[in-house]
Amino acid sequence: MSTPPLLDAHIVVERETFRLDLRIGIEKGEVVALLGPNGAGKTTALRALAGLRPLTAGHVTLDGRDLDRPDRRVWTPTEHRPIGVVFQDYLLFPHLSALDNVAFGPRRHGVRRHEARERAARWLDRVGLGDYTSRKPRHLSGGQAQRVALARALAVDPALLLLDEPLAALDARTRLDTRAELHRHLAEHPGATLLVTHDPLDALVLADRLIILEHGEIVQEGDAATITAQPRTDYVARLVGLNLYRGTADGHTVRVRDGFALTTADQLDGDAFVAFRPAAVALHPERPDGSPRNVWSATITGIQRHGDNLRIQLDGPIGVAADITPAAAAHLRLVPGQPVWVAVKATETRAYPATG
Amino acid sequence: MTVATPRRVRGRIPLPLIVPAGLSLLFLVLPLAGLLIRAPWTTLPQRLTEPGVLTALRLSLQTATLATLLCVVLGVPLAWLLARIEFPGRRVVRALVTVPLVLPPVVGGVALLLVFGRRGILGSWLDSTFGITLPFTTTGVVLAEAFVAMPFLVIAVEGALRGADTRYEEAAATLGAGRWTTFTHVTLPLVAPGVAAGAVLCWARALGEFGATITFAGNFPGRTQTMPLAVYLALETDLQAAIVLSLILLAVSVTILASLRDKWIASP
Repeated sequence: MSTPPLLDAHIVVERETFRLDLRIGIEKGEVVALLGPNGAGKTTALRALAGLRPLTAGHVTLDGRDLDRPDRRVWTPTEHRPIGVVFQDYLLFPHLSALDNVAFGPRRHGVRRHEARERAARWLDRVGLGDYTSRKPRHLSGGQAQRVALARALAVDPALLLLDEPLAALDARTRLDTRAELHRHLAEHPGATLLVTHDPLDALVLADRLIILEHGEIVQEGDAATITAQPRTDYVARLVGLNLYRGTADGHTVRVRDGFALTTADQLDGDAFVAFRPAAVALHPERPDGSPRNVWSATITGIQRHGDNLRIQLDGPIGVAADITPAAAAHLRLVPGQPVWVAVKATETRAYPATG
Repeated sequence: MTVATPRRVRGRIPLPLIVPAGLSLLFLVLPLAGLLIRAPWTTLPQRLTEPGVLTALRLSLQTATLATLLCVVLGVPLAWLLARIEFPGRRVVRALVTVPLVLPPVVGGVALLLVFGRRGILGSWLDSTFGITLPFTTTGVVLAEAFVAMPFLVIAVEGALRGADTRYEEAAATLGAGRWTTFTHVTLPLVAPGVAAGAVLCWARALGEFGATITFAGNFPGRTQTMPLAVYLALETDLQAAIVLSLILLAVSVTILASLRDKWIASP
């Protein structure tokens, strides 16, 4: 920790009923995803970094320069910050062509008109839209508009690139292509990149590191592998598709509720999480015999399609989601309210410490 | 098999609504029809080319256009201020802007005289310092028209600004545009239809201005006698001439309305 990261921010924003408090450091060339449910404060954080909303406390320091630091009365307005923003619905200026949209930034930074347009043309070429320079935004498809917005943000060589749900406005198919494309451009971007999203797939594909934000606070931070393997909140567990419980571990058992414990293959003591995949949950009409170490009776509360399988929500001593094949479903009467037996093998569970 | 006639699902239109509706339509259209019916169509070409008519028409078009320009130059910034900046007393300012809308134009004329008149608060200073006299001049006509027409522009543009997505302005700021550049390069182009609609309404109001003009600028042919004033004057001596002048104003108004219709009124 000798040199501070390119972006070093402690964002504190207070509203009447909401407080956002998070620390973000992003290195040169690093892509960080800020992931969280709606209302977690993701967009507020992005707006604070962009200077579209002042901090209540804390600081935003980019490349060693304070952009916003209320306690020292330092404030740099948005237009003087070395940033680029890709907005959720792109906000391409409707009265300007794609080329002029991209040239807008360089022009405002004092580049001569001719030079700015040349630079814009190069950027449009880079995002594969060399033939669309004279199109107005309303004549561009969603994917094309997204790429113009990216080119527009990158054309000012920002030290910090901010992306607000960059793929949310696209349909599933375009999304796949655009995501791959975006990944390439973000990898080439020499500055820091912060990506705000509620889509875990975007975050996992595009980012080097994930920050999970809930209720204005960081609940988990790390690389994709760590977070998917060891979620620390219900939200993260749902994101990565795991059943997650917190309890007190004592050897191979984790007591998650009074009178209810899960047996695990891992062995540990103290405050712990237990996680298992919905596909590891087996349902039986009668109490099963044999190897599964965790068996309890539960009631079906909901049934949804989930890919090729069915996802069954169950209530009981603990709430649990189970993924079962249609073949397995045929053996059970799947109606909400139906009692069933739930079985989870100890070897299918994962236990890890909740502290530290 | 017979084809079923579409069934009436909502019942008849109630008489207490349809009768007054029809009457009001008649009331609005009949006077205009009267103007067309009584027009001296045979002598129309000669009358249109009479020097007095052309002079008044030219003066009207010139002053209305100048007044509109004045309103745009001063009114658009005011509208921007009202729409974008939170300042104490904003509601009061907005109310004040609309006063000329409901104020009898004659009162406006009197008020203008008290301020810009030769012995008015500002007028006497303008007169003694710069030798500028405003009342009873063509400039006075422009001033009177602008006073009455300005609210139309401000209200239309403020509405357009409020309807415009301010996030485009934020996007401009992230690209390095300051407030003024954002205004000229992003905000104005976005609300251009609103400004145009406001300007046209403003121009039409200025063209028809009578009360404030005659009070503040008087009624001198060639200098301050605009079309509405000429109509009023002609009415006392030559009814036919008054009809012809009115027809011209009607034609201009209808043209404006037609040009406004789908373009701006429907989607400001």
